[in-house]
Amino acid sequence: MTRFAATFAKPQTALVAFITAGDGDTAANLDALVAGGADVIELGMPFTDPMADGPAIQAANLRSLAKGTTTADIFAMAAAFRARHAGVPLVLMGYANPMTVRGADWFAGECAKAGVDGIICVDIPSEEDAELGPSLRAAGVELIRLATPTTDPARLPAVLSGAGGFLYYVSVAGITGLQQAAQASIEEAVARLKGATALPVAVGFGVRTPEQAAAIAKVADGVVVGSAFIDIIAEHGDAAAPHVEAFTRSLADAIHGAKEIAA
Amino acid sequence: METTVTASQTLPNSLRTGPDDRGHFGQFGGRYVAETLMPLILDLEREYRAARHDNEFRAEFDRLLKHYVGRPSPLWLAERLTEHLRASASEGFGAKIYLKREDLNHTGAHKINNCIGQILLAKRMGKSKIIAETGAGQHGVATATVAALFGLPCTIFMGAVDVARQQPNVFRMKLLGAEVVAVESGAKTLKDAMNEALRHWVANVHDTFYIIGTVAGPHPYPELVRDFQSVIGDEAKAQILEAEGRLPDMLIAPVGGGSNAIGLFHPFLDDESVEIVGVEAAGEGLDGKHAASLAGGRPGILHGNKTYLLQDDDGQITEAHSISAGLDYPGIGPEHSWLHDIGRVRYEPVTDAEALASFQTLTKLEGIIPALESAHAIAAAERIAPTLGKDKIIIVNCSGRGDKDIFTVADALGVKL
Repeated sequence: MTRFAATFAKPQTALVAFITAGDGDTAANLDALVAGGADVIELGMPFTDPMADGPAIQAANLRSLAKGTTTADIFAMAAAFRARHAGVPLVLMGYANPMTVRGADWFAGECAKAGVDGIICVDIPSEEDAELGPSLRAAGVELIRLATPTTDPARLPAVLSGAGGFLYYVSVAGITGLQQAAQASIEEAVARLKGATALPVAVGFGVRTPEQAAAIAKVADGVVVGSAFIDIIAEHGDAAAPHVEAFTRSLADAIHGAKEIAA
Repeated sequence: METTVTASQTLPNSLRTGPDDRGHFGQFGGRYVAETLMPLILDLEREYRAARHDNEFRAEFDRLLKHYVGRPSPLWLAERLTEHLRASASEGFGAKIYLKREDLNHTGAHKINNCIGQILLAKRMGKSKIIAETGAGQHGVATATVAALFGLPCTIFMGAVDVARQQPNVFRMKLLGAEVVAVESGAKTLKDAMNEALRHWVANVHDTFYIIGTVAGPHPYPELVRDFQSVIGDEAKAQILEAEGRLPDMLIAPVGGGSNAIGLFHPFLDDESVEIVGVEAAGEGLDGKHAASLAGGRPGILHGNKTYLLQDDDGQITEAHSISAGLDYPGIGPEHSWLHDIGRVRYEPVTDAEALASFQTLTKLEGIIPALESAHAIAAAERIAPTLGKDKIIIVNCSGRGDKDIFTVADALGVKL
């Protein structure tokens, strides 16, 4: 059983936590996320031009790059994480150019070596799958696809073709960390997506509080939180880990308890 | 009787048929955008295909170009520049130079051709708001102009650094009724303005049309911008045939994203006797800071397309530099990348210093103040014309006027205004 399958086989909803690699003390923050109860880790690969990200994650990208974070550093962080946490799924999330610059086969091979379970690439839609998808699948690394409020039913099969790990539902047409979608629209969308795929469905973009997360956790298989962690790291810098852990615990408690509360 | 005709029979060996149906020019181009934008990009493509075959759309485009933009723009025989270069050339050398006067268009550059086409598409698609990115402000002014003409609200994204150094254009856009958003992210220049426009678009796809200013971005933008700009080359071809009774021997145009260049080049791509030269901004020189994506970059993915980019080993985009804000971009349109790789177009670098010198030369010899972008092409012509025979003909795209650049030029020459 893959790490994703084992994680999503649990009855409780998963907390999917995002931080940007190289922003603050990444190793300590990753450990804090796991200690606080995060079920899946998304590690952002910083890029100079993060077009899908709001101000918080843009700033985190620039802070990381200003410190000189390289792709090699990110794979080293991933491999070290895998050595410390054998069972927690690890996803690299980022943009096409850093992922493909040395060739898709090279990138997929490095992911496999470092124990990375899946990839989210913001700017490779299913139409351009050939850029990265075949190499990842050949290396046994899942390609996690994004569905959005604009993904209509006619288009959904193309989005799902070749997808693995889980389906990431971007709940707002917009960028990370700003507005939140109405709960009713999320429930409708998750129901529609789950009717079309056997993959678990995780919901993200704009989720910042345990209360929001709990509401979404009642209907989704996973809840993604990113910018709120980034804000904590921006505030506390290299000493953010205890704060990250406490916030993770508040989210995890809310999310993990949501389905029982609902029942 | 029905016969099967293959594509190669109907389209014999043409370089003008791209992109393919997935938006690729060879390995370049494509649609590298967030899933949120994909449905809209596909809608735009459908709508553009329909518009292209709609005589009413074409007639309205032509009417606006003629009576609002002031087309056709003249093809001017630059006799004094030609004679000046012949004076220093060997006996019998010094090609005849014509200038395609895009600087005489309404708003002062070729940018308006594309904006007219795209706002007609916006109207056709029922979009009620317009956004655009701009570097020096020329595309922003052209977009704000057509938005005023059509009565649509318009937001222009401009890097905060460019806002500070291009105040006259910022004021022009505001006079035209546009909101100008100063972008504070990244290096606060054109690349960041484009990022921010994409971020705004993704959050407002339902009612907003993004008028991209050059032949870049996701398919179908590189194709439709090229088609709207091809009026430059179509006119130039007819004008040179009338003036000289034959095709030119060479075309020269400046290339940032490359919309004026592709507009001039595209109608000539299949005319094998016509040599084609694109001019990249070499800034302080290719060893220093520059904006020459082909000479100094590698293929990569940014802003929705695969193309040559200035980037480091990890695929991080590096900052471009040119004295000309319109060329100050770390990428280039994907069709140019393809034309470069197949060798149909030769791309040459020209430095800030060379462009600055040619800016003054053209102004003094022809009474035409060119945009600094266009001055790059003039500089290449000054380099090449003396190496060609007197019987040769060069058309240079004078893509814009230089009034916007007088502060930059004064500063570079150490003059206080």
